[in-house]
Amino acid sequence: MIKNLKKQNVWFVFTPYLWLVLFFFVPLALIFKISISVSEWGMPPYRDLFSLSENGLKINSTLGNYLFIFSDPFYIRSYLNSLSLAFTSTVLCLFIGYPIAFYVAKSKPSIRNILLIMLIIPFWSSFLLRVYAWKVLLQGSGIINSVLIHIGLISEPISMLHNHYAVILGVVYTYLPFMILPLYGYLVKFDLNLIDASNDLGAKPLNTFVKVILPLSLPGIVAGSMLVFIPVVGEYIIPEMLGGSDKLYFGKIIWDEFFVNRDWPIASALAMSGIVILVFPIIIFQLMYAKYNFRNE
Amino acid sequence: MSEPFLQIIDVSKRFDNVVALDKVNLKIEKSEIFSLLGSSGCGKSTLLRIIAGFEKPDEGRILLEGKDITKLPPYVRPLNIMFQNYALFPHLNVTNNIQFGLKEEKISKEEINHRVNEILNLLELNGLEKRKINEISGGQQQRVALARCLVKKPKLLLLDEPLAALDKQLRVQTQFELVNLQYKLGITFIIVTHDQEEAMSLSDRMAIMKNGEILQVGNPVEIYEKPKDKYIANFIGTANIFNVLNKNNQIIIKELNYEVKNINNKKNYFKCLIRPEKISVKKLENQSDNLNIGVVKEVAYLGSYTKYLIEVNGFEFYSFMQNSLVSDNLQIRWDDKVQISFNETSIYFFND
Repeated sequence: MIKNLKKQNVWFVFTPYLWLVLFFFVPLALIFKISISVSEWGMPPYRDLFSLSENGLKINSTLGNYLFIFSDPFYIRSYLNSLSLAFTSTVLCLFIGYPIAFYVAKSKPSIRNILLIMLIIPFWSSFLLRVYAWKVLLQGSGIINSVLIHIGLISEPISMLHNHYAVILGVVYTYLPFMILPLYGYLVKFDLNLIDASNDLGAKPLNTFVKVILPLSLPGIVAGSMLVFIPVVGEYIIPEMLGGSDKLYFGKIIWDEFFVNRDWPIASALAMSGIVILVFPIIIFQLMYAKYNFRNE
Repeated sequence: MSEPFLQIIDVSKRFDNVVALDKVNLKIEKSEIFSLLGSSGCGKSTLLRIIAGFEKPDEGRILLEGKDITKLPPYVRPLNIMFQNYALFPHLNVTNNIQFGLKEEKISKEEINHRVNEILNLLELNGLEKRKINEISGGQQQRVALARCLVKKPKLLLLDEPLAALDKQLRVQTQFELVNLQYKLGITFIIVTHDQEEAMSLSDRMAIMKNGEILQVGNPVEIYEKPKDKYIANFIGTANIFNVLNKNNQIIIKELNYEVKNINNKKNYFKCLIRPEKISVKKLENQSDNLNIGVVKEVAYLGSYTKYLIEVNGFEFYSFMQNSLVSDNLQIRWDDKVQISFNETSIYFFND
């Protein structure tokens, strides 16, 4: 097919690939290079991969960084913490987002647009500010505690901040639109006659949901879940701002290794393993999903 | 007298102050094909959705075999609906679509398989069992939609524009198939359609609807021959409507300046209808007679018959002539002068 393209069209097609190579594969290759380098003092804080000595070319590569992080339960635990945070918040986003997406998709077009704008409005202010706002709301002298004390429900402020529940709250709040929008995209195309048809054929509302609505919105559920799950695994800012010392998360560990310990090879090895562990399940999932979609197209 | 199979009593429905149905009353007998006919927005689809249970009427009741079903949700009503777009489940194959409704009933697996096979045979869908809905043709989809309803053995089948999504040739064939199927199964059919030809050829009886009201109920012959008013006359087929003058014991069709000879029981009507196929025209060869002479304004040859638009004294009307009745050498062309004739018994008098 590419054979038939004219010269300028070839560039048109290859520009995105060029972008991907320059800004994705090259940096990734650099990270990979650092991850198999040996750490040392200096700038940059790792030894060159290749060095010339009297014995000829010497390769200073090591798998030690990988062996180290996989032998230390500290790293594994932080990674599992991040996976569990991602899983919990994806499920919560799905349960909160699905009814909202359904409601928006099924409202009248005039109301629908207003509702969509309301979903998008939070994006107009900085993500950092919005997370910071939660900090203000949740802190000991924050609005929630003040109100509860004022109406006499509690006498001492509850500590709501700096634990992993606050992190889940912040993540769900931040990522909810990423769940709702793809779900909405699928549900808005949903033929309402199918619900009527299912009812008419004797299926009660719950059965109609399970047998008709859910399978047909599965692509939206998958897309939304991916959009929430993947970035949350590497999420750094929300745990940093709202989290405490009860749970350490993967993103925070990478940051610390890079900027506190200045151990770039370990930090890179962490980043690479994080990608690999995530990428393979996603590829398998995508292949299965492509097959499923193919059956349904 | 036995009570009617389905009774619609004083049913009204409003959407945001727009009246969709206004005190509709209807009685439908068992095992008949009944059509609700009207142009879009007349309320026919709303009425169908109310019978199916998707909408609740603001007022009125619906009785099925004497039992009030007004408040029953759709999933317990012993009736099924075939949607205009079929609403087949795109994620299921043909068999799974058909057995969807059976799986909601407490029926054994063997019984389900038996009934699915029975209906596959009846509707000639064998060989398509494993196909996805988008892998079969429009005509096949229509039969799957029908099968999905009929496999439930409903007491009443509602069909929303059942043939609208099919192309012309398939539509005619499917019309006959539908009628045969209904005859075989004896299920009561209620068909919603905007296509008057479809309604005429399918129905035992039909109701003409307009602005949420039922204007007339009757069999196709009654509705065609004796429409209650001008709207119905024009809606069903082509209508030539003339004004009627009543004076000094004379009845005169004004536009034709024709005096009706047999005036028994025909007094005090102001309009009359003569269907185009009941007016015959004949090419005028000598100019002697100047009674009932018209000029041909348009000729449309349609194979089995020809449509002529005739003008008399500035008033235009149609005449349809069977082509087998017109010999070649007397062929009528534009601007020809023609003699008009009709039988007085084919004049239908009414008041608008």
